[in-house]
Amino acid sequence: MRVIVNGEPHELTDGLTVAGLISQLSLNGRRIAVEVNREILDRESYAACSLTDGDEIEIVHFVGGG
Amino acid sequence: MQSSPVVSETDDVFAVGGKRFRSRLIVGTGKYKDFDETRRAIEASGAEMVTVAVRRVNITERNKENLLDYLDPRRFTILPNTAGCYTAEDAIRTAHLARGAGVGDLVKLEVIGDDKTLFPDVPATIEAAKRLVAEGFVVLPYINDDPIAAKRLEDIGCAAVMPLAAPIGSGLGIRNPYNIKIILEQSRVPVIVDAGVGTASDAAVAMELGCDAVLMNTAIAGAKDPILMAEAMRLGVEAGRKSFLAGRIARKLYATASSPLDGLIG
Repeated sequence: MRVIVNGEPHELTDGLTVAGLISQLSLNGRRIAVEVNREILDRESYAACSLTDGDEIEIVHFVGGG
Repeated sequence: MQSSPVVSETDDVFAVGGKRFRSRLIVGTGKYKDFDETRRAIEASGAEMVTVAVRRVNITERNKENLLDYLDPRRFTILPNTAGCYTAEDAIRTAHLARGAGVGDLVKLEVIGDDKTLFPDVPATIEAAKRLVAEGFVVLPYINDDPIAAKRLEDIGCAAVMPLAAPIGSGLGIRNPYNIKIILEQSRVPVIVDAGVGTASDAAVAMELGCDAVLMNTAIAGAKDPILMAEAMRLGVEAGRKSFLAGRIARKLYATASSPLDGLIG
């Protein structure tokens, strides 16, 4: 399936969960927030949330700022 | 907000948003050479609360180090900002994302009106503040030095007001101390000067006016020696605060001799 992650298209295996995506991107244990189609997910929901074709995902973290 | 009270050093805690701090200096984490310099400058500043921005993870460079590898969230209060947002909607969305990352309900609300001055869009800031307060955020809004705007934000339920000294990164120091003084007189929430500080005396001036704290980033990160400037700022904030608490002498037009007139020779 094709999804958009942080503005870029990605091909992922069908039914991959958000938890699976986080793992694939080596972001486990990182302090991040995830939004799927403009809805912010609780960390507890990552494993239960299966992605589908066309989903738009934002993964953010904290960077230096004033 | 307060005239010069007599408080002991142990009483002089800076309380905001349900948290208590000994340091009245809040520092940003942007514009440093690298994470190590960031960490060392923050150490030298004595700050206990730091601001961070919320940005997309770089998917292709995901094994890079992260800022929070260098700043222990158990040691520092992380204050996420909504920098880069030009609409209330974006700021609200960013605040929710920041909360989603699990560092608490604090947010430094910035809704920018113009990319040259980076002045706040006041109506949009008020709109975003209303929504965020209603959604349980502890809102610290970046605002201009307009007492009316500050009052509105306090009335909405913001945990503090953060009037700018001067444009972000401009280093001009407090351009309108009279407005800051008016804001201080009317506010029942902490007043934190945020943005535009350039050097230690600027920070001291803010504290001498009676401000509760000072927030700065560029003044430290952009200095030739950021670690030394961070230390200078720590001392400037402390000196200014002690001056304020000590109760300065009045300003007079004419002299009053310091040495006695009695016993003069001749």
